Amino acid sequence: MTNASAVVLQQVTKRFQNVTAVDAIDLDIRDGEFFSMLGPSGCGKTTTLRMIAGFEFPSAGVISLDGVHVEKIPAHLRNVNTVFQSYALFPHMTVAENIAFGLEMKNFSRADIKPRVDAALAMVQLANYGARRPKQLSGGQQQRVALARALVNRPKVLLLDEPLGALDLKLRKEMQIELKRLQQEVGITFIYVTHDQEEALTMSDRIAVMNQGKLLQVGSPTEIYERPSSRFVADFIGEANFIEGHVTEIGSPYCTVRASNGLELKGILQGTSPVGTAVTIAIRPEKLRLTVQAPDNVFTLAAKVEQVVYIGSDTRLTVRLSDTITLDVWEQNNRSTLDRDAYWQRDEAGFVTWNPDNALILTA
Amino acid sequence: MIDVPVPSSRPRSDNRSTAGRRLLGLHTWLTYIFLYAPIVILVLFSFTTDTFGVRWTGFTLDWYLRLARDTRMINATINTLWVALVATIISTVCGTLLALAMERYRFRGRNGMDALLYLPIVIPEIVMALALLAFFSFAFGLLESLTGIKLRMNIWTVIVSHVAFCISFVVVVVRASLKGFDMRLEEAAADLGANPQTIFWRITLPLIMPGVIGGALLAFTLSLDDFIISFFTVGPGTNLLPVEVYGRVKRAITPSINAISTIMLLVSMGLVFLSQFVQRQRD
Repeated sequence: MTNASAVVLQQVTKRFQNVTAVDAIDLDIRDGEFFSMLGPSGCGKTTTLRMIAGFEFPSAGVISLDGVHVEKIPAHLRNVNTVFQSYALFPHMTVAENIAFGLEMKNFSRADIKPRVDAALAMVQLANYGARRPKQLSGGQQQRVALARALVNRPKVLLLDEPLGALDLKLRKEMQIELKRLQQEVGITFIYVTHDQEEALTMSDRIAVMNQGKLLQVGSPTEIYERPSSRFVADFIGEANFIEGHVTEIGSPYCTVRASNGLELKGILQGTSPVGTAVTIAIRPEKLRLTVQAPDNVFTLAAKVEQVVYIGSDTRLTVRLSDTITLDVWEQNNRSTLDRDAYWQRDEAGFVTWNPDNALILTA
Repeated sequence: MIDVPVPSSRPRSDNRSTAGRRLLGLHTWLTYIFLYAPIVILVLFSFTTDTFGVRWTGFTLDWYLRLARDTRMINATINTLWVALVATIISTVCGTLLALAMERYRFRGRNGMDALLYLPIVIPEIVMALALLAFFSFAFGLLESLTGIKLRMNIWTVIVSHVAFCISFVVVVVRASLKGFDMRLEEAAADLGANPQTIFWRITLPLIMPGVIGGALLAFTLSLDDFIISFFTVGPGTNLLPVEVYGRVKRAITPSINAISTIMLLVSMGLVFLSQFVQRQRD
C-alpha cells in the first residue's frame, strides 16, 4: 500500500439555494484506504460523496481523483463507482446483466465480459444467481449484487452510501466484516458514508466526522474515540461524561479546570484555550473507577450511587458528585466475585477515580 | 383460559345481508342493463335479415359481407386507420418527451404548461373542434395572403387536430408511470459509465415503456373513435369512418351501419383492454 492520494478535496463547498450543505472541506484520502465519513443526517456527508461521484458539482473548490481535477467532469466519465443505499439495481435486467452493464459501457467484448461477471458473482458468493432478477433476491443478496456491479469495473475508488442501512442488525454485522475483507482483497480505496458510529469504528482505517456541513475531525478510529477534538465528536462517537468549567492553570502535561461547582479538575488540553476560557471536560464512562475505599495518592472524588444497571458484561452506574454534576461509570465485571467493589446499590457512598490522561479538556 | 361472552349478532346480520345482497345484485344488473342494453341491441341487429335493422327477422352475415364490398366504407376505414396511426406516433413521441420534461425539470412556464396540458381533456370537444376550424381558416388565409399558396383542409389537418388532443392523454399516462420511477437508477447507470443517450435508451425508456404503450393505445383509440373534431377539420373530399357513418345514418339506419359500428366497438374495446393489460404489466 502506497501513501499516494486517491482523492483530494480542497475547500469544497456545496450550496443549495441558501443552504450550505458542505462548507469548505479539505480531505486527503489515501490510496487503498478504507475511509469513512460519519455524521448525523443532514451533515453533508452524502452530498460530499455525491460530489466525488459526479452527481453533484461543487459550488466552489477542487476535487482531484488520482491527481486529476474532476470537479467539472460528469459522473459517467469518472473512474469511480457507487454502491447506493437503495442498491439501485436495474429491475428489467438479470443479475448478470446488471453486473455486465459497466463493462459494456467500457466496450468490453462479450467474451471478456462473461468471465469477469462470473468472477464478480463468485467474489460476493452469488455464483449461481446470474440469471435471476433483482426482485427475486433478498435484501442482503441485492446488496452483494450492487457491490459486485460496482467492483467488477475495478474503479480507482468505490463510494458506498450507507449501503447496509436497509439490512437487519445481524446481517449488517456480517456484511461489515465481509466488506472489510473484500476491501483488503481488492485493494481499492473505499469511501464509506454512514451515520452509525460503530460501523465506522469497526471497518475504517480513518474516519472523518462531519456536522452541519463542516469537517470536524479526521483520524483513525482510536484517535477519534480516545482523542476527540471537540465536544460534538466526543458526544457523537460513543458515550462521554461532560463537566463544564473554566481553565485556571495551563501546565504540562496537565491543565487545571475549575468546574461550575468549584471543583478543581486536571486533564489534557485539546487545542489551545488560554486561562479563563470556558471549556468542557470529557471523560468516557469506562475510564472511571468506583471504589468503596478512597485509593491512596491519587486524585479522587466522593460520590453517591444514584442508579445501578447490571447488564452482564458491565455494570452501568450513575453517581452524583454534587448538586449539578452526575457521572456515568461503566465497571467491567472482571473482578473477583468476592470483591466488595463489584457490587453496588443505590444510595451507597464511594469514591470516583480517573487517570487525568483520560480527561480531555475541549473547547466548550 | 377465560371465556369471553361474544355478542350473538351473527345470525341476524346474516339475514340482513342476504336481503341487502339481493337488492345490491338487482341494482348491479339494472346498471349493467342500462349501460349495455343499447350496445347489445346494436350488435344483435347487425345480424338481422330485416332491411331497416330494427326488427329481428332472422340471422344473416350478409351485412358484414356487404361491408367488404363497400369501397366507400373501406376507403373511409383506411383513412381513419391512417389518421389514427400517424396521430398516435406523433403524439406518443411528443407526449413522452413532454412528460419527461414536466417530471424532470423545473423551467420557466412549467406551471402554465401543466395547466394548459389538461385543457384538451377538460374542454368540450365541440369547442376544441371549432377552435381548430377557426385556426386552420385563419392560418390558411394568412398563408395565402402572404405567399399566394392556397391550402385546403384535408387528411393532414385532421391528423394535426388529433395530435393536438391526443398529446394530453399521452402525457397524463406517461407521467403516471414516471411518478414511480427511481431516479437513482439513472444515476447508477451514469455511475457505471453510461452517457445520457445510453441511459435513456437502456434504462429510462424500457422502464417507462408500459406507460408509453398504454398512452399510445389510448391515443389510437381516441383518434379512431373521434367524430366531432374529425367532422370539423376534415374538409371536403376526404372520407373518415365516423363521419361516413354519421352521413349514412342521416339518410337511413341499415344493418350495415350496425355492422360497421360493431366492428369499431370490438376494435376499440380490444385496444382499451390491451392498454390496461400493458399498464398492469408494470408491477
